[in-house]
Amino acid sequence: MKIKSLADLRSIKAEVQGKIKLREQGENAENIVQIKVAMATCGIAAGAKGVMNFILEEADFKGIDVVVTQTGCMGYCYAEPTIEVILPQKDPVVFGFVTKEKAREIINEYIIKGEMVDGMIPVSYKTVDE
Amino acid sequence: MTELSLHILDIVQNSISAQASRVDIVIEEDKLNDKYIITIEDNGTGMDAETLAKVTDPFYTTRTTRKVGVGISLLKQNAEQTGGSLTIESELGKGTKLTVTFGFSHIDRPILGDIAGTMTLLIGANPQIRFIYIHKTALSDFEFDTKEAKQELEGVPINHPDILLALKELFVDNLEMIEAAE
Repeated sequence: MKIKSLADLRSIKAEVQGKIKLREQGENAENIVQIKVAMATCGIAAGAKGVMNFILEEADFKGIDVVVTQTGCMGYCYAEPTIEVILPQKDPVVFGFVTKEKAREIINEYIIKGEMVDGMIPVSYKTVDE
Repeated sequence: MTELSLHILDIVQNSISAQASRVDIVIEEDKLNDKYIITIEDNGTGMDAETLAKVTDPFYTTRTTRKVGVGISLLKQNAEQTGGSLTIESELGKGTKLTVTFGFSHIDRPILGDIAGTMTLLIGANPQIRFIYIHKTALSDFEFDTKEAKQELEGVPINHPDILLALKELFVDNLEMIEAAE
């Protein structure tokens, strides 16, 4: 339903609440995948916004439990857009030159099947926050 | 960057890094005075006078991952190319306000672009931040406040994909109405 005002949000609230209840019943916090999209100037200029939107849509379409957030510059300006993927119980992996096609490959092959794909930026660090 | 919405996305990252809990984004289309004004104001950590004096220098950054910070200087350059300007006010501990003015009719003024997508991305990625978006023209205006949206949602997460999709439609529809009025 198209909403024209904030009041219209109430009309889709019940529907969304139902979906959340269903998801919470099947959710396991230990199995949630984390994806951080670098969203500094270089990343934005290289198309990170479109990549982030694609990842959100594709993850929702595939039914994957994923938390997608934005982060600042990870330092790989030459390889933007870059994303960091943290699979449950695994070390974080940074991928560079992430187009929508590469993002689809990462989701299908690395996240869903657990098979590494090309494009990993090999560095010895833990997460962007350390 | 080809769109002003991407510059806004870029500048708001500074507010997020500054631990802002509220970010106001105001766009004013002032055709009468040939000005297109964007104001981004936050209640983050702010900057001291020394940092503020250097913030438009592309070779100055507080980041440790690289040695350049080109976001603000790029925006400033784009504005000045259209006969506009960029000013920043900031107070340590209180917040920062960036005002950029473009020549409305200048051929080099970038289009606003996908501001609906930018806003929903910001809201989705930072649900804890209160975003206020105001778009004003001489004939009409559109205001959106995430605090009011959350009140309507009564506990449903504002960053749920279906909610974000609805919010994006809200932005698109209202901005189209503004454009139609003009």
